[in-house]
Amino acid sequence: MEQDWIWGLVGGLLIGTGGAVYLLGNGRIMGASGIIGGLVDGSGRSTAVERIVFLVGVALLPILLMPIYREVDTHLTTNPAVLVAAGLLVGIGTRIANGCTSGHGVCGISRLSLRGIVATAFYIGAGGLTVVIFRHLLGVI
Amino acid sequence: MRNFLAFIAGGLFGAGLFVSGMTDTTKVQGWLDIFGNWDPTLAFVMGGAIIPMAIAWRLTQNRTPIAGGSFPTPPEPKLGRNLVLGSVLFGMGWGLAGLCPGPSIAALSYGGWGNILFVAAMLVGMLGAPAVRTQLDRLSAPA
Repeated sequence: MEQDWIWGLVGGLLIGTGGAVYLLGNGRIMGASGIIGGLVDGSGRSTAVERIVFLVGVALLPILLMPIYREVDTHLTTNPAVLVAAGLLVGIGTRIANGCTSGHGVCGISRLSLRGIVATAFYIGAGGLTVVIFRHLLGVI
Repeated sequence: MRNFLAFIAGGLFGAGLFVSGMTDTTKVQGWLDIFGNWDPTLAFVMGGAIIPMAIAWRLTQNRTPIAGGSFPTPPEPKLGRNLVLGSVLFGMGWGLAGLCPGPSIAALSYGGWGNILFVAAMLVGMLGAPAVRTQLDRLSAPA
């Protein structure tokens, strides 16, 4: 769609405002993998409620917006092997690197963190290479 | 107060992921696929998100968080192997499915069983990550 970039910009501003609220309000970096991972491995037990409430907000708002907003198809692959491999890689990778698209990408780049910029360069590079290999060479995705 | 602000932040994050189309895996993989029908949307999302965050980082100077405590310390300039290796692994999974942690949670209600399977695998990966990190540290430790 032609207006996709406008919705992208509007959505991006909302995401960044969410990050600003989390930072200025709670003094925390809004990184999805860190917030989830801290619950899973127990490292964030002392702030568990705030993490869960955050994630409820993330999952709930799309439900509320659905009646007034366009299509909701995620076009996600139905190949279970790809889904499991991708999930494992994302889970392990983000925790070893200590961040994902929101933490290293949005929050890191916006404070000109060298770690955030380098991490973003590597996950985008690896992601691009993976799509090229698995889509154009192997035809799996 | 903390929980209320966390809910507002999460809500804005979820709403932004939803309206920007970032839970649509074709848009994410379309952005990564420079040899295909390239989709620039993700760049606008990133750019849009960085603007309020950059302002927020400036506002942290000489202040304390509204709900108390302190702001995160400046990032260490250290670029370790874990940062690079972890980001490469994450990027591979991101490219394979077109999903990263935030959108996978935002799409829980409408992403179907595939999204739930991805999240389950991601949680298992996160549970196993500390053990993987310990192994990596052991490998690099001087004998």
